[in-house]
Amino acid sequence: MIRVEDLHKSFGKVHAVRGVSFEAPDGKITGLLGPNGAGKSTTLRVLYTVLKPDSGRATIDGIDVVTNSLEARQRIGALPHGAGLYPHLSARENIAYFAKLCNVDPAEIDDRVNDIVRLLEIGDFADRRTKGFSQGQRTKVALARALVHDPRNIILDEPSNGLDVMATRSLREIILKLKNEGRCVLFSSHVMQEVAALCDDICIVANGQVAIDDSIDGIRERTGCDGIEDAFVRAIQMVAPE
Amino acid sequence: MMRTIFTVFAKEVLDNLRDRRTLASALIMGPIFGPVLFAFVINLSIERSLEDVERSLELPVVGQQHAPNLVRYLESRNIVAVDGPADKVAAVEAVRTGTEDVVLIIPESFGADLLDAVPATIELVSDQANSDADREARRVRNALHSYNRELASLRLTARGVNPLTLRPLNIDEIDVSTASGRSAILLGMMSYFFIFAALMGGMYLAIDTTAGERERGSLEPLLSLPVTRDQLILGKIAATCLFMALSMTLSLLSFHVALKFMPLEKLGMTPNFGLDVVLFALLIFAPFILVGAALMTLVASFTKSYREAQTWLSVVLIAPTLPILIVSILTLRPRTEFMFVPSLSQHLLLVDMVKNEPINALHAMISVMSTLVIGAALTWVCARLYRREGLLG
Repeated sequence: MIRVEDLHKSFGKVHAVRGVSFEAPDGKITGLLGPNGAGKSTTLRVLYTVLKPDSGRATIDGIDVVTNSLEARQRIGALPHGAGLYPHLSARENIAYFAKLCNVDPAEIDDRVNDIVRLLEIGDFADRRTKGFSQGQRTKVALARALVHDPRNIILDEPSNGLDVMATRSLREIILKLKNEGRCVLFSSHVMQEVAALCDDICIVANGQVAIDDSIDGIRERTGCDGIEDAFVRAIQMVAPE
Repeated sequence: MMRTIFTVFAKEVLDNLRDRRTLASALIMGPIFGPVLFAFVINLSIERSLEDVERSLELPVVGQQHAPNLVRYLESRNIVAVDGPADKVAAVEAVRTGTEDVVLIIPESFGADLLDAVPATIELVSDQANSDADREARRVRNALHSYNRELASLRLTARGVNPLTLRPLNIDEIDVSTASGRSAILLGMMSYFFIFAALMGGMYLAIDTTAGERERGSLEPLLSLPVTRDQLILGKIAATCLFMALSMTLSLLSFHVALKFMPLEKLGMTPNFGLDVVLFALLIFAPFILVGAALMTLVASFTKSYREAQTWLSVVLIAPTLPILIVSILTLRPRTEFMFVPSLSQHLLLVDMVKNEPINALHAMISVMSTLVIGAALTWVCARLYRREGLLG
């Protein structure tokens, strides 16, 4: 479970995140939706601990990401935006490297890697060096890498960016699988349809603030819009600009 | 802690062993570049110094027939007179345009002036700005001066005067430099080749650790893992050190082999570069490897991209030469305080070793300790920088 309480983060004069709060429960998919520059990535980066918040609190399974960041990281599988692989290592070696760093028992690493290769159906290219992989292949390997230590919480930053229809579909299936295993999945996107098709809860972010945090039906009701896109636009307008 | 550092280290080593660019710079560029350049310089200077003495010089002479004795004397000095340009104007023109390097002009009155014992003019046309031609001109000038001295002695003797009257001073130069000592001047530049080889060997790893990971997008996933950033940076610096050490060892060994094939004794040099010196150099330079690795990582961590890092690191490649250069130019003798300066202290110790001079144990100890301390401090700064948020760019 991921909980964010009144998070603030500035970069110089830019106040990127201003008081974001939401909760992503286990066994559900939570979507962080918002236009470019809304503060989605910054919020997620605080969650996977590469950034420190100026104020507010974020916890992973009740563990504070600032004061106990190593333990929090152990419980997260993170797929940052545009995650890159090591081109001279094979897909399998990329995954195994992360497994070792995530304290997976050395005796179990091979099994874990095989499991994850099977789960994500990347066996066809798992033994090839990742140089020259397609965007879809890269994303899957990066995801496999993030999942190899069996984290309860999964954070994906715009995972479907640059993927074609088939790759997006199979990514969607994987995310559903993870949810059905009882994990907490939090992912960001700026594509309303994608979020609507997948998420149980949607947190619409604009201008560094939460506009609406509800289920799809709840959002439709509160904005008074039937069309998903209209509802999205309306919700964003509800947040007053600076 | 140690296991994680080792995991990072092992991955970086594997990754870079598969990278052709890193391999080329670590295993080929550094180790080959030094000996090849060195062999080139040595051979050039050997060729230059040998050719002066051995090769006979063809000297165009205007008016040979006016001084047959002089021509014969020159021949005895391995300078062969050949027909020159028609007259003085043509001779000056020939030297100016570079057709001839040196032309000797003997006027018609030469023989008569000698007989009358008045100074007989001869003219030597050369271009003193042209160092190659000047060497030949100097040879001719020297030959003419000794002919001059010889004639003077003969005249004095004929008049019953001891020729030694005209030599109140007898200047005798005693050169105390040993054969190994002379070689040290040239071999001094070797130190830099080793430093260069080491830095080249680790350069791409240092870039990859910071700017490379960031540009590839692999830094953020890495930082989100349950490992401390100190562990990451230490593993990466350790891998950088390994490649630097590898490159330097190869460079030392290739020098060890290459020196056997260089005719250094012809230059009066007998450098001491046996395997024992190779080993000593490795021990002395080992702390410097840490300094180099940390320094390159430090510089690369400030850059925004791979290319920018490459540009800045080429500056780092030159930086270690500065102290060596300054001390060489000022021809300063090794002093204890120099031993606190990385690169300079290693250079001075290596030169002593190559010259076959005893190594000052205190100097060696100061060099090792102070370089290690500086290396550790730089590594600490690297780790601090790796913790800041700006690292993500």
